[in-house]
Amino acid sequence: MGTDIPLVWYLVTALFMFVMGGIGVVVRRNPVVVFMCIELMLNATNLTFLAFARYQIASAQTPEAALQAAMSGQMMVIFVMAVAAAEVAVGLGIIMAIFRLKNEAGLDDMSTMRG
Amino acid sequence: MSGNQIVFIVLAAIACIGAAGVVVFGDNPVRSALFLVLNFFVLGFLYFTLGAQLLGISQILVYAGAIMVLFLFVIMMLQQQSAFLRSTESDGRGPIAWLLGATMFMTVGAAVLAPLGGVTGSPILDTFGTPQSIGKVLFTGYAWPFLISSVLLLVGIVGSILLAKRKF
Repeated sequence: MGTDIPLVWYLVTALFMFVMGGIGVVVRRNPVVVFMCIELMLNATNLTFLAFARYQIASAQTPEAALQAAMSGQMMVIFVMAVAAAEVAVGLGIIMAIFRLKNEAGLDDMSTMRG
Repeated sequence: MSGNQIVFIVLAAIACIGAAGVVVFGDNPVRSALFLVLNFFVLGFLYFTLGAQLLGISQILVYAGAIMVLFLFVIMMLQQQSAFLRSTESDGRGPIAWLLGATMFMTVGAAVLAPLGGVTGSPILDTFGTPQSIGKVLFTGYAWPFLISSVLLLVGIVGSILLAKRKF
């Protein structure tokens, strides 16, 4: 079951999402929105992993090698999801802790470690 | 243009609108979070079009469900109290960021995507994204990373509880 969708379409979608996340990290000064933009970038890379896993460019020699190549991309996506879940829990905890520490702070005010 | 391509274009357009909305409507974090939910949800369907059923389902459950609920919960708790969430002054770095983003889009697009232009779907194994095949690989070849990620999740649980209960 092959599809007639070119690989590049998926990559362009993922690239657009990644660039939007990067712009958002720079433009927005709100810590929660910056965090959401980081999630957006993680998901863009996930889409890239899956697209490359589905469209194998190098032709595999044996069925086992093809299965290995197709699965390694999906394994990467699973682990990125697990790490992102842990990261969100701890990151939002840190944001809440910062908020309790200094009641009113933007990202630009968190500069106590500046040399 | 075939039916597959039309479905893909509709899904990708909605995903891109969601991604752009997160940044453009970032003044209001709730709106931004809802656009992100839209993006994650449609991204799950893009995974379906790639044949990865299990990952599409877990994308919708984990991201659009659990993680975004966490985000909205934190926004709800913070928003009652302060201007913490409304510090949006961009002091002139906005246009530079958009310019750099457009540059990155075009540079990566030209350098990386151009050589891949002709690649279309290859005949793929029927068992590409089924739970059986993923489970078989995850519990054999990737057993160590799987166990290590479980330790990471445990550390995440303990760390977030510690951060929440600690008196500063």
